[in-house]
Amino acid sequence: MPGRPRPRRRMFAALVACLGILSCSGGAPETAGTLERGLGAEPESLDYHKARSTQAGNVQRDLGEGLTGYTEDGDLVPRAASGWEISGDGREFTFHLRPEGRWSTGETVTAEDFVYSFRRLVDPATASFYSQSVTDIENAGEIIAGEKPVQELAVSANGEFELRIRLERPTPYFLALLTHPSMFPVHRGSIEQHGQQFARPGKLVTNGAYTLMGWELGSLIELRRNEHYWDNASTAIDRVRHHIVNEPAVELNRYRAGELHITDNVPPEAFERLREERQTELRVAPYLDVYYYGFNLTKPPFKDNPDLRRALSMAIDRQALTENVAGRGEAPAWSWVPPGVDNYGRWRFSYADLSQEERHREARRAYAEAGYDSDNPLQTEIRYNTSDTHQRIALAIQSMWRDVLGVEATLVNEEFQVLLSNMRAKEVTQVFRSSWRGDYNDANTFLQVMLSDAPSNMTGYSNKEFDSLVAQAAEQTDPEDRRRFLEEAEHLLLSDHPVIPIYFYVSKHLVSPRVRGWGDNVLDYHYSQHLSLSAE
Amino acid sequence: MLRFALLRTLSAIPTLLLVIVLAFLMVHAAPGGPFDDERVLPPENARNIAAAYHLDESLPRQFVRYLSGLVRGDLGPSYHYRDHSVSELIGAALPLSLRLGLLSIALAMVAGIGAGVLAALKNNTATDRLVTGVAMIGISVPVFVVAPLLVLVFAVQLGWLPASWSSGDAGWRLLLPVVALALPQIAYVTRLTRAGMIEALNSDFVRTARAQGLGLLSIVRFHALKAALLPVASYLGPAIAAVLTGAVVVETIFGIPGLGQLFVRGALNRDYTLVLGIVVFCAALIVLLNLLVDLLYGFLDPRIREP
Repeated sequence: MPGRPRPRRRMFAALVACLGILSCSGGAPETAGTLERGLGAEPESLDYHKARSTQAGNVQRDLGEGLTGYTEDGDLVPRAASGWEISGDGREFTFHLRPEGRWSTGETVTAEDFVYSFRRLVDPATASFYSQSVTDIENAGEIIAGEKPVQELAVSANGEFELRIRLERPTPYFLALLTHPSMFPVHRGSIEQHGQQFARPGKLVTNGAYTLMGWELGSLIELRRNEHYWDNASTAIDRVRHHIVNEPAVELNRYRAGELHITDNVPPEAFERLREERQTELRVAPYLDVYYYGFNLTKPPFKDNPDLRRALSMAIDRQALTENVAGRGEAPAWSWVPPGVDNYGRWRFSYADLSQEERHREARRAYAEAGYDSDNPLQTEIRYNTSDTHQRIALAIQSMWRDVLGVEATLVNEEFQVLLSNMRAKEVTQVFRSSWRGDYNDANTFLQVMLSDAPSNMTGYSNKEFDSLVAQAAEQTDPEDRRRFLEEAEHLLLSDHPVIPIYFYVSKHLVSPRVRGWGDNVLDYHYSQHLSLSAE
Repeated sequence: MLRFALLRTLSAIPTLLLVIVLAFLMVHAAPGGPFDDERVLPPENARNIAAAYHLDESLPRQFVRYLSGLVRGDLGPSYHYRDHSVSELIGAALPLSLRLGLLSIALAMVAGIGAGVLAALKNNTATDRLVTGVAMIGISVPVFVVAPLLVLVFAVQLGWLPASWSSGDAGWRLLLPVVALALPQIAYVTRLTRAGMIEALNSDFVRTARAQGLGLLSIVRFHALKAALLPVASYLGPAIAAVLTGAVVVETIFGIPGLGQLFVRGALNRDYTLVLGIVVFCAALIVLLNLLVDLLYGFLDPRIREP
């Protein structure tokens, strides 16, 4: 990865801001200019408490700022808070807000603003998707359930700039959680004045590097530099235009035509060619997202049959799948928690280091132990949601299972919502395709989904020992102890095979050579405020 | 006349009501719901969201709530695009759909009438057979075949026109989608004009005009065309409705954020109110256009006004 000239860029931005002119001799000069970014689908909302899509998050991270944030390389840093203290039991956080923090109206961002925002997030009337992510805060769960008033939330202001948050249990990833847009402060005055419409252009008051200038439905979201932002001197780019482009192929055309500086995605069919033609512009990086096949463990043939599940997992040649079928730089998955997760040494399947030949032998042995052979082959269904990639992968896995084990698998292609409701009902599903993306950089975001009572546990996996290990990890204040419990939990999970992790996604973007300051990171967060544009 | 118009308007109400009931039942019968995702919400969150959108009420109650909003002209909030109301979403998509639809109709009229007149004048010649043949293909080949072919030839191979639409584009960038949408309409108009024209050319008044020594062009322009265009005029209503509501495929292929795309995304997201809103809007539009055609007929032909 090339070195990023951030300090020089900062200095330059400051120079431009001070002088209001641009003159440079030697090297490519930078311009304040307009950054044209591909966004993908239309965000469903820009209200921090009502959105949940990655697209909404990408725009919201330009608009608002939480207590903590990330650098372009994905390192956690203080943002709206300049620092904090954590109590000995790991349950009480005291944040010191920046006195220079400002709303886009010029008003000071106070601790009271954060109290109001956290209360709004958990208020049942707000009907937020993401309020579940703060259930670690004392009383949050009861407030969301309507059992306690919002005033009971253990978030309080002490003076103008000190914010105290008390947690139910030590939550080592709490600082990482605070980077999520649902934890950004909302502006009380504008919500009281505009109600539901407060997150519209001309009404939305933000505390981040940009403000919302326009939202042309179906085509464009336009942002402009927030002059009141405390770190405005570091912002290089004046205007950011997030283009809504649903089709990656269309987005690629627009990038090629010079209409976009950054794409949100890269179409699979063009990937190989781009790797040759635009090697330096193609940015592919590991991403906290796992593509997996789940088993319905509540019904035969997969209920109480770990040998069979193990056999099916070993029969899949992940290397061939990622290289020839997925084909966009994805990494074969030999664990459930992706690589790149902080403070975590991954477990891998016991057979991860075998050759594919050896794995096939092992698979056949496990298949026989499970009671199947060529006279009595497993007959099963693979369900996946309509998409070219999913179909190609299902076809490949169907043929791998047939060739290695003689499994007779039929493919069932369903619309996404239909598949989802089947997965939840666990009535007709046998093997199904799904994926799980981490919300924050911690193993917990992957492991908690496999808990017996986790709403998103579509397999019906229920192992008391696993549940207990994850619960014990949550009680630990020492990071090393916690890590050990989590790793042990994953080890157990992998040997139970409720799912077959197939590959870890990668983030894929085309980034114009004009864009400076781009950093690859596992969360795929790219704040516009970290970027700058060199002159054409 | 007024009584006729009033009766017609009133008779449209049960039709619309039936459409709304059917659409309401169908969207709710589809598996999944507007707030379902791979990340399943904990029961408390799911309850709060259902309550906020009244999805925890019984279906008949929800229907009455929807209907009472509709009577007041309120199509409700979108379930997916939570910052926007359905009316706003339709309002944002409609201008583009209108532009696309009306341009297609204009193209269909000009090209269709021209080709139809030509075929009628050259009746039973090779030209006639060519025109009717092409029109036949235009009617039978679906737009999802024609549109990618147009893109392949004019955008990819020749590079004359863009493959997709983007915000702030000049009107000419809509040319390919307009042509793709207009092709079936051109074919229909051609066939209607040709049939009307042949009948008109064989009628007594044209023969009389000919006997008086009028040239072919004057006969077509001043006498035959007017008569030949009556069926075309009556086709205008359904044609406008068809291009406005039937542009889903064209909009998807060219990435145009019009009503069609909005409808498809609404259906995939199980955005009940958005789907219902677009259905109601389109149904009302079709009813209105048919009403206008009926009124026009009533005006032209007094016999229709008789009870």
